[in-house]
Amino acid sequence: MKKIAFIIFLTTSLSTAFSQANVLPAPPQQGIIALTHATIHVGNGQVINNGTIVFTNGKITSVGTAAPASDAKVIDCTGKQVYPGLILADSYLGLIEIGAVRAERDEDEIGNLNPDVRSVVAYNTDSKIINTVRSNGVLLANVVPDGGILSGTSSVMQLDGWNWEDAVYKMDNGIHFRMPGLAPQSTKSPATDLLKKAYDQIDGVRTFFREAKAYLNEPTHVQTNIKFESVKGLFDGSKIFFVHCNLVNEMMIAVELAKEFGFRTVIVGGTDSYKIADYLKQNNIAVVLNQMHTLPVMQDDDIDMYAKLPYQLQETGVLYCINDFDEMNRGRNLMFNAGVAVGFGLTKEQALQAITLNAAKILGIDKTTGSLEAGKDANIIVSEGDVLDIETNKITNAFIKGSEINLDNKQKQLYERYKTKYGITK
Amino acid sequence: MKKYRLLCWCLCLFMAASAQETFPVNGVHDYRTNYFAFTHATVVKDSKTTIPNATLIIKEGKIISIENGGAVPKDAAVIDCKGKYIYPSFIDLYSDYGVAPQEQPQRSGFSQQMVSNTKGAYGWNQAIRPETDASKLFKVNDDKAKDLRSMGFGTVVSHVQDGIARGTGTLVTLSDDKENMDMLKDKAAAFYSFNKGSSTQDYPTSLMGAIALLRQTYLDAQWYKNLTPVQKEKSTSEGTNLSLEAWNNNQSLPQIFDAADKWNVLRAQKIANEFGVPYILRGGGNEYQRMDEMKATKASFILPLNFPDAIDVEDPNAVRLVALSVMKHWEMAPLEPGMFDKAGLNFTLTASGTTSKEFLQNLRKAIDNGLSTTKALDALTKTPATLIGVYDKIGSLDAGKLANFIIATGPIFEDSTVFLQNWIQGKKFIIDDAGWNDYRGNYKLTVKQPNQTKEYTVEVGGKPGKISATLKASGDTAKTDIKINILNNSVNLSWSNKTDSSKVNHLTGIISGNTWVGTGYAANGEPLTWNMLYNSAYIAKADTAKKDTAKKQDINKTVYYPFNGYGFAEMPKQEDILIKNATVWTNESAGILPNTDVLIKGGKIAAIGKNISASGTKQIDATGKYLSPGIIDEHSHIAITGGVNECSQSVTSEVRVADVIDPEDIQIYRQLSDGVTSAHLLHGSCNTIGGQTQLIKMRWGKDAEDLKFADWDPFIKFALGENVKRTFVNNNNRFPDTRMGVEQVLVDAFTRAEDYQKMDANKRRDLELDALSEILHHKRFITCHSYVQSEINMLLHVADSFNFTVNTFTHILEGYKMADKMKAHGAYASTFSDWWAYKAEVQDAIPYNIALMTDVGLTVAVNSDDPEQARHLNQEAAKSIKYGGLSEEQAFKTCTLNPATMLHIADRVGSIKVGKDADVVLWNANPLSVYATVEKTWVDGIEYFDRGRDSIMRTRIAAERNRLIQKMLTAKKGGAKTTPAVLTPDVINECEEDRRVSSGIQ
Repeated sequence: MKKIAFIIFLTTSLSTAFSQANVLPAPPQQGIIALTHATIHVGNGQVINNGTIVFTNGKITSVGTAAPASDAKVIDCTGKQVYPGLILADSYLGLIEIGAVRAERDEDEIGNLNPDVRSVVAYNTDSKIINTVRSNGVLLANVVPDGGILSGTSSVMQLDGWNWEDAVYKMDNGIHFRMPGLAPQSTKSPATDLLKKAYDQIDGVRTFFREAKAYLNEPTHVQTNIKFESVKGLFDGSKIFFVHCNLVNEMMIAVELAKEFGFRTVIVGGTDSYKIADYLKQNNIAVVLNQMHTLPVMQDDDIDMYAKLPYQLQETGVLYCINDFDEMNRGRNLMFNAGVAVGFGLTKEQALQAITLNAAKILGIDKTTGSLEAGKDANIIVSEGDVLDIETNKITNAFIKGSEINLDNKQKQLYERYKTKYGITK
Repeated sequence: MKKYRLLCWCLCLFMAASAQETFPVNGVHDYRTNYFAFTHATVVKDSKTTIPNATLIIKEGKIISIENGGAVPKDAAVIDCKGKYIYPSFIDLYSDYGVAPQEQPQRSGFSQQMVSNTKGAYGWNQAIRPETDASKLFKVNDDKAKDLRSMGFGTVVSHVQDGIARGTGTLVTLSDDKENMDMLKDKAAAFYSFNKGSSTQDYPTSLMGAIALLRQTYLDAQWYKNLTPVQKEKSTSEGTNLSLEAWNNNQSLPQIFDAADKWNVLRAQKIANEFGVPYILRGGGNEYQRMDEMKATKASFILPLNFPDAIDVEDPNAVRLVALSVMKHWEMAPLEPGMFDKAGLNFTLTASGTTSKEFLQNLRKAIDNGLSTTKALDALTKTPATLIGVYDKIGSLDAGKLANFIIATGPIFEDSTVFLQNWIQGKKFIIDDAGWNDYRGNYKLTVKQPNQTKEYTVEVGGKPGKISATLKASGDTAKTDIKINILNNSVNLSWSNKTDSSKVNHLTGIISGNTWVGTGYAANGEPLTWNMLYNSAYIAKADTAKKDTAKKQDINKTVYYPFNGYGFAEMPKQEDILIKNATVWTNESAGILPNTDVLIKGGKIAAIGKNISASGTKQIDATGKYLSPGIIDEHSHIAITGGVNECSQSVTSEVRVADVIDPEDIQIYRQLSDGVTSAHLLHGSCNTIGGQTQLIKMRWGKDAEDLKFADWDPFIKFALGENVKRTFVNNNNRFPDTRMGVEQVLVDAFTRAEDYQKMDANKRRDLELDALSEILHHKRFITCHSYVQSEINMLLHVADSFNFTVNTFTHILEGYKMADKMKAHGAYASTFSDWWAYKAEVQDAIPYNIALMTDVGLTVAVNSDDPEQARHLNQEAAKSIKYGGLSEEQAFKTCTLNPATMLHIADRVGSIKVGKDADVVLWNANPLSVYATVEKTWVDGIEYFDRGRDSIMRTRIAAERNRLIQKMLTAKKGGAKTTPAVLTPDVINECEEDRRVSSGIQ
């Protein structure tokens, strides 16, 4: 009875609020589009003043200062800033709608070793969260499963589409390993027991990969193991090994695993990566810095450690990107997270690169996106001002593969609704 | 009856002829008077009087006399104590000796338990158990008694260490006689704590709840005492309440409070002051970190000697997670008793919290670290005896007192001294008798075998009781170890042949004065006879030099305020400062002033203008920089200890955040570094009517009282919606479960408050209803956690019907839907910028909320509810420019002047205006920008944060950590016991839960 009442409550509340059913996915790009007189932030550090960017059939054909061909549809961007579409490197977008409602969570599967479960099939293109994120300039997101130890397979999604099949940008790009924490904690059972359990679980993952490797050496099997099959891409280099961990000993285990199996490895988290930045660089390990707005690990730590971290990795030459994993605002402050790092040493173009080209490289999609260069997908945003600062971030146009997307969302609609109620006209 | 029994027992001591007892004896009666004379001893009667060459005479468990060279009565057995020291046995006021743990009732399921499940006509709360009488539970436990005796204790006050009111403790000796003979006083003291212990009842779930419960019980007991029998019997009244009866009866006893922590000491003392009860406070060992506050209590203390072990710091990955404060406490804890001594505080020591091995070791460590031996002895004898009013019986060696004394090989506080015997009530208990006779010396050993006689010299060294010896054949130079075992005066000796160590000579014999004689077998199997004659005294090798250096290790005795890495060795002082040429965001009609000077004087803003000069005043060139008023967080849960939620009941207006401020929360410092100067600390949102809140200023380093914002209008936290309905709990059994029920909780509470006000002057003072009455009288103001429009509307109606105003709706993510009604009511709004979709009731949250409410005419603040969010409230404020187009000035006011207005403190803070408090922040860029960082933060004109000083502090932290890590490594190498390095967690509080985690690693 209660459940029924609850469902009734939910459905009524949904129908009274706008369901943003009128926010339609964009059709494919028609004709040639040119953005002119723009300040173009390429994403690789380069800035072109009074520039023009032209794209056709979803691909960028030219970036520079030359005038566009006469048949192009011209969008005058005088006084505006043009950037590559921003990229969330680690996100639950489309998997979780209302965090506290179990029915609305699809990110966490039962079991410890689930490399085969795939986020893409649970991705909900009609999530109301997605539209609030893309209207701030985020156009791509790596949608990541959680739970267990080998959590599953992520896919990079473009934040526009009728269904997940339309919206997938890079299918099954990586496998996610949530390393059991190795921080010794004071608990009722001795800390050493908990640590031992963690080490045993890590060893279980190593054993899994050793067996998978052996299994994959043989082309045919009497009994198929789909868990082993699912990690094939790690061994042939087509998938990325994302290891979620933060402390030095955890990261060193990740690097050592990468070496043993020859995996392309990315550390997600990396709170203490500044302590072993040289080592990470030597071993070509990239880092996804998951959340700028995070408290220091310890009371004695540098009070601004997380904000200083990007600059430290930048100086060492470690490939890193900045992410926004905040569960309260759901990734829409990615660009402001990057902006914070500017206050602690990065240049604005470096900060931009940390949420565009670097993220693309880390996710394995830099051949087609991440910067505004001829031949790449036309994933582009136009902002009235500096996209990294709150006051000036105002996205006027956004294109995914050349298609101009609708920047409306449920929150804007509610705003309009109540402006009407109160007769506010601004 | 009890008194009578005690009297009988006393008389028995003096009238042996009339000695009788009710207990049957199995066998032949063996009456003894235990008449002994201890001669030639050095008797330390008390810390002031030592009698050399004394004769101590005891009889029937009592001291008869102590005299220098005193004569020995003919019928007393003589014990020669030449070279020995005799001290009064110790007294421990905080013990659970012989008090069996209570049987713990089991809690069933996860549902809340609203009332006590104690059997009997006791009070409503299971943690209030003043009726517990340890004398009725006491059972001699010889193992534990032996343990305590070996530390030197003769008497303890034992109580059941369970609950908030724990009942009475009983004074017993540590003799092995039957309970009736050991018990000196059935009720010696009453005990209290903040810990509800085994109580399965939900209330209290928090420290502030425990404090409220204690306060309310004092009031209830007073009321109950004055009830007439007729009043009691009324069906609407209390009936018989044995707990309150016992509580009242216990008040005449010494009151001992187990605070167990420096801040809890102060919290307990506050209750003591409020109700005029002099608590004897048991500390936790960290009180040295706040000596000024400890002195100010003027209380007596019971201090544990629970010095922490060194941390095993060999793994840098693990040590990285140990806070400096933890390492520093390891170094400084042994200083505590000495610091109390120097400060002239009255204190006693307790064995609780230490093992028998640690106790003496730590006692001596405390003496090495500044505790005087006279104070140490007082703290273990006279002081505890005096505190519980039994110094006429125990606590010194004087005629007429109990014959409770330690016999030791030397002055008891010296490391080499061994406790030999502990006599209790005239009865001997051996601790380590092997040391009674000092056999050390140089001997001549003669061994006669059938065909030969061999001569050796034997050197017996080591410690009395733990001797070691070597043997050397005459004419030889090499020494061989010789094993000597002595039991009473029988002795065994054995040593190996020099040429073949498997061949062993073994001898047995007896010691008679200076001569040892006996028989045995040589290594070759031949029988032998032997004798060994004392030749000369043993000369100890000097190894004291080594020990002295160990003792004199460097200790950094600097106490940092607060006691953590970012604490101040010396508190920053209020200064007069002239800030030159800044862009000043005034929040006043003047708006944003370029190239402007601001003068700070006496903690206030003294002048604002161009080209101000103030000679002799410190100047800061702020060219290119921005000066703004400090950020005020309307909704914070930092700096609260022991839980932010008293979750057990739907109405808990009696609990007060003010009671549980944690001034050492690192979040205070971090938030200063982001421009926060005041925070409104709220109870959580677990119940409809939560606790009383506390506004603080971020005065990093000060204590809880000094953090409080002076003369503010008191507030209280309310909450509506999912949290108070316990939506996330399965099988909730706490009313309410729906928003309909929430309304009725409110109506019921305020109706009761109205009725309460009409009652006569003799009414029971009810802390819960007192707070609600203040709301009705517009003397206390509400900040109400709320989200959806229906519940906002409901509360407006309830408030209107009881004729009060809801001051602030906090969180209020659907405030934009009700803005017109809130405005009409006169409420303020405090909200998040862009949080949403984390639970069902926030699915209509929009980031345009602030702008919409502002445009309708409400005064709106942006709040944190999260220690991380609070670090960028300026950025959160900026979002109302992006979402809804507020001006920069409007936006910045949402984190400064507007929260000040809704907290009724806008006359003092929130803008830069002459006469207001100098709570200001210097930024390197537009304070609304993500690129802006804080350079300096002042509160009351005191520079609590400075980026340059922060960097110096980090260098200091690194150096201190390294010094202590090295010191611990050395300690471990030197054989010190270590404890594993584990994460020192930060406490992170949010509305819904209290978490102990370190972020960034989970």
